[in-house]
Amino acid sequence: MNFETVIGLEVHVELKTNSKIFSPSPNHFGAKPNENVNPIDLAYPGVLPVLNEEAVNFAMKAAMALNCEIATHTKFDRKNYFYPDNPKAYQISQFDQPIGENGWIDIEVDGKTKRIGITRLHMEEDAGKLMHSDDGYSLVDYNRAGTPLVEIVSEPDIRSPEEAYAYLEKLKNIIQYTGVSDCKMEEGSLRCDANISLRPIGQEKFGTKTELKNLNSFSFVQKGLEFEEKRQRDVLLSGGTILQETRRYDEQTKETILMRVKEGADDYRYFPEPDLLPLYIDEDWKARIRAEIPELPDARKKRYIESLNLPAYDAMILTSTVEMSDFFEATIAAGADVKQASNWLMGEVSAYMNKQQKELSDLSLTPEGLAKMINLIDDGTLSSKMAKKVFAELVEKGGDPEKIIKEKGLIQISDEGQLTEIVTAILDKNPQSIEDFKNGKDRALGFLVGQVMKETKGQANPPMVNKILLAEMNKR
Amino acid sequence: MSIFDYTLKELQAKLHNKELTVTELVQASFDQIDAVDDEIRAFITLNKERALEQAKQLDQEIDQANNPLFGIPIGIKDNIVTKDLRTTAASKMLDNFEHPLYDATVIEKLSAAKTVTIGKLNMDEFAMGSSTESSYYYPTRNPWNTDYVPGGSSGGSAAAVAGREVFFSLGSDTGGSIRGPSSYCGVVGLKPTYGLVSRFGVIAFASSLDQVGTITKNVEDNAHLLQAIAGHDPMDSTTVDIDLPNYQDELKKGVKGLKIAVPKEYLADGISDEVRKSVIDALKVYEDLGATWEEVSLPHSKYAVAAYYLISSGEASANLARFDGIRYGHRAENVENMIDLFKQSRSEGFGEEVKRRILFGTIAQSSGYYEDYYKKAQQARTLIKADFDQIFKDYDVIIAPTTPTTAFKVGELIDDSMTMYANDLLTIPVNLAGVPAISIPSGFSEETGLPFGLQIIGKHFDEATIYRTAYAFEQATDYHKKRPNLGGAK
Amino acid sequence: MAQISKEQVEQVADIARIAITEEEASVLSKQLSEMMKYADVLKDLDTSEVEPTVQVVDLKNVMRKDEPRQWTSQEEVLNNSLDHKEGQFSVPSILE
Repeated sequence: MNFETVIGLEVHVELKTNSKIFSPSPNHFGAKPNENVNPIDLAYPGVLPVLNEEAVNFAMKAAMALNCEIATHTKFDRKNYFYPDNPKAYQISQFDQPIGENGWIDIEVDGKTKRIGITRLHMEEDAGKLMHSDDGYSLVDYNRAGTPLVEIVSEPDIRSPEEAYAYLEKLKNIIQYTGVSDCKMEEGSLRCDANISLRPIGQEKFGTKTELKNLNSFSFVQKGLEFEEKRQRDVLLSGGTILQETRRYDEQTKETILMRVKEGADDYRYFPEPDLLPLYIDEDWKARIRAEIPELPDARKKRYIESLNLPAYDAMILTSTVEMSDFFEATIAAGADVKQASNWLMGEVSAYMNKQQKELSDLSLTPEGLAKMINLIDDGTLSSKMAKKVFAELVEKGGDPEKIIKEKGLIQISDEGQLTEIVTAILDKNPQSIEDFKNGKDRALGFLVGQVMKETKGQANPPMVNKILLAEMNKR
Repeated sequence: MSIFDYTLKELQAKLHNKELTVTELVQASFDQIDAVDDEIRAFITLNKERALEQAKQLDQEIDQANNPLFGIPIGIKDNIVTKDLRTTAASKMLDNFEHPLYDATVIEKLSAAKTVTIGKLNMDEFAMGSSTESSYYYPTRNPWNTDYVPGGSSGGSAAAVAGREVFFSLGSDTGGSIRGPSSYCGVVGLKPTYGLVSRFGVIAFASSLDQVGTITKNVEDNAHLLQAIAGHDPMDSTTVDIDLPNYQDELKKGVKGLKIAVPKEYLADGISDEVRKSVIDALKVYEDLGATWEEVSLPHSKYAVAAYYLISSGEASANLARFDGIRYGHRAENVENMIDLFKQSRSEGFGEEVKRRILFGTIAQSSGYYEDYYKKAQQARTLIKADFDQIFKDYDVIIAPTTPTTAFKVGELIDDSMTMYANDLLTIPVNLAGVPAISIPSGFSEETGLPFGLQIIGKHFDEATIYRTAYAFEQATDYHKKRPNLGGAK
Repeated sequence: MAQISKEQVEQVADIARIAITEEEASVLSKQLSEMMKYADVLKDLDTSEVEPTVQVVDLKNVMRKDEPRQWTSQEEVLNNSLDHKEGQFSVPSILE
C-alpha cells in the first residue's frame, strides 16, 4: 500500500521588542538568571498585565507578511496549565480570535512552487526556562517568561519532510525581513513542533497524527519527520495502528522517542482574560503597519531578475537572508556593478562566512568598502589577484580600499612607458627565452611574464605585460 | 469618646492647632488595639514601629501639610499588597509572605496622602466569604456584640473602624465584601465603580468583579478617602481615565428632585421585617427632603447569585493557580516530585472554602460545562447589567437594603455555605453590573441591638450622587453617631 | 441534575493540583453537587441571543509604550523562595 504523508507545523517566534509583552521587564537574551524579571513576570499576588503596543504591532506585521487576514476584533484568553516554568499557571494567549488568520506562503521544492496555508497566527507570552539537573531537581529561570511570542500554525498542506524544511526556511526568511524577530533557533527565538500522519493515497480522512517536539534545528525537523514517516509506515504496513503520541527527536540516535500518549484533547479551560481589554484594529492602524513592512524576499527576487537582470540563481541566493539582500542593495547603491557585487557576495564573501562560521553582520566589511573595491577592479587599479589581498584586509579589519592599497603598496602598474622599460630590461637579460619563444616554446612567455611580475612585486597589469612582451619580442 | 469619633475635618484642625500630634493619633490607634483587639481580632499584622516612626516624621511636617488625610491612622485589608509589611490574604499560603517587593497602587496613593498605616486587617481567606470566619488566623468578631460575625470578607476593615482601632480603612468588594460588613458593623462602606480604583496590588479573587473601597464612620470622610485613592492607573488596564469630580463639593448639594428607584425584588421574601421597614422609613426621610421614589423591577435578580458564584469561582480558580510553592508562599516539605509539590503545597496552604471554590470554578470552566455554566453566567451578567442600565435611564439612584438581616452568630452558618452565599443576594448584582454602591447605617435590631445598613446604588462613575444621597440621609438621622460599647478608650 | 461524583471530584482536584483525601472527596462531591444544582437556576434563562459579559468597563486598545524598566534584583526575587540555587528557583524533578 502506498501512503501519503501529511504534515502540519506549529512555529513559535519570539518578537524582539524592548520590553516584555505584559510587563516592562527588559526583553533580551543572555542576562543573568532571574535578572530580567519583576513581580509581574513572577506572578506575584496582585499584579496585572498591561499590553505592550509594540508587541501587537510586531505580531500584526508578521501576520501581514504571511498574507494573513487581520482581525478587526481580537482579545486575549487564559490558557490554564500547571508547570514550574509557567508562573501564573495560566498563559495569556489568544484562543478563538487570533490576530491573523487564513494566510499562506509559497515554497519551492524541486523547482516547483507550492502554496502552504497558514491557519492562524496568534499572540501569547513565552514561559520561563526549566533546566533539569541530575540530582532530582530542576532549576527555573524566569527571564524568558513574558517574552512576546507569535504562534504560527500551518494548514496540514505539507506533504514531505523536505517541504517542511522549505516551509521553515521560507517562514524564517520572511519574518527576518520584517525585522520583528531574529528567528535564531539556537537561541530559541524560533521553535517548531511538527504534526505528522500518514494516510493511504486517495483517502480523504487524515490518519492519526503524532506530534514531534524538541526539534532544535531545521534539519532535525526534517530528519525527525523522515524517521517518523518511516516508523509510521512500518507500523501501518505490519497491521498496527498509530497512537496519538507526543514524541521527541533524539539527535544522538537519530530516532523519535515516545514522550507521552495523549488521551483525548487537552482541556486548557480557556476563558477570556478579564485583566485585559479587547483590541479593535481599524484600517488606519493596519495601514500604518503595512507601510512599515519592507519589500519581502519573493518580491525582491522578482525585481533582481526582472530589473537588475540577475540570473535566477543569483537572485535566490542574494534574497535568502535579509542581511545578504540588504548588503547587496547597499553595495550597488554605493556604485558597484550589479553582477560584480553579486559575484563577490555569493563567492568570496559567502566563502569567508562559511569558513569562519560568521554572520554578515559580524564582518568588518561594509557595502561601501565592497563597492569601492569593485570599482577599483573595474578601472584597472586592482588586479583580481591584488583584490583578494585587499578583500582579506577589508573583511577582517574594514577600512577604505584605496588606503589599504596605498599602505600595502598594491597599486597596479598600468603605465605603458614604465612597463616597456621593465620589459626591455628583462628581455635584455634573457636572450635565450626570446629564442625559445620564437622557436615555438610558449612556456618561455610565461617565464618572462613571471620575471616581470617578480620585478614589480606582482603589481604589473598582467594583460598589459603580455601585450608589451609580445610587441617587444617581435621587434627583436 | 474616642479621638476617632471626631470627623476628619475636626482632626485636621486639631493637628494644625497643635492640640494634637500625629504621634498621639497613631498611639491612640495602638492603645485601642491593645484594649479591644483581643476581643475583636480585626488585625493580622501590626505596623507599630514603623507607624510611630512615620508619625514622628509627620509631626515635623505639620506646618506645611495641606492634605485632608495627613497623619490619619488607617487600616489596610490584608489582600492589599504592602511592600514592607507582611501580606497574607488571611491564608496559610501567604503566612510567610513578609516581603511582597512592591506596593499596591492604592498604597502608593495613600503614601502620597500621608496617611499612617497601622496594620493589616483580617478577612475571609482570599476574600472568599461573608463572615471573616474563613481566615486562616481567627474569626473577627462584631464590635457591637462579639458573639456575632462582622460580615465579610472585609470583616476586619469594618470592625476596626467600628471599634475605633483605626480612623478609617480600605477593604475590597467582590460580591458585597465591603457593604456587607459595613451594614453589620454600622459603618459607611463604599464599593466604587469597577474601574475607578486601581486593582494593581490587590490580590485577585475575581478580576472582573474585585474593587477596592473605603470604610469610614461617616459619608464626608468616606468621600475624602475615595478622592485620595481613585483614578486611572497605567498599571491596571481596567481603570478608566476620567476627570474625578471633587466629591466634597458635590456632597452637600441636597436631594431635592432626586429620583429614587426601589426594586421590588430587593424587598421580597428573605428580607427581615425590620430591615424592610427601615428602607420604607428611609424613603420617607428622602420624601421629606424633596426626593421622589418609585418601585421598579430588576427582573434578572434571581439569577445573580448563581451567575456570581460561577464567574467569581471560575476567575478565582485561575487567579489562585499561581500559588504553587515555588517563588513565594507556602511550600510543602518532603514531596516526591513536582506534581506532588504543587498538590501538597496547595492542599496545605489553602483552606476549605478556597479549595471548594477553586474546584467549583475549575468544573465550571471545563469543556462540557463551560457553555451551560460559565458562559451562561456571563450571559446572565449581560442581562443583569442591562436591568440596571434600564433603571438608570429614568432614575438617579437605586435604594435597597444592604443585607437581608443583621449579623448572624459566629459559627451559625459555617456548615451551610449555600445560605451564606445567598446572604449576599442584595450586593452581588451591583458587582456584576460594575456600578458603585454604598452602605450607610440605617437602623438597629430591636432584638439584638445590632446595626444594619441602607444601600444606595448609583450609575457608573457617579459616586458623587451616591455621596450626596447618603450625606442627606446621614444629616437627617442619628444612626451613624451610635457606637458599640467596648472596652478601651471611651 | 449536574451531580459531581466522587471520582469527578478527584479528577478535578488533580487538574487543580490540590491533594484531597477520600473523605474530603466524598464531602466535596456533596457540596459541589449542591452548588451545581444551585447554578442550574440559569437553565431557565434563555440566553440564545445574549452576548457574554467578560468586562464591564467600556474600554478598548489599552496598551503601554515599549519602554523597558528594571524593577527588582535577582537577590530580592530569590529571597522569597524557600528553595533556590545558582540564581534559579529549585523544584523537584517531574518524575521521582
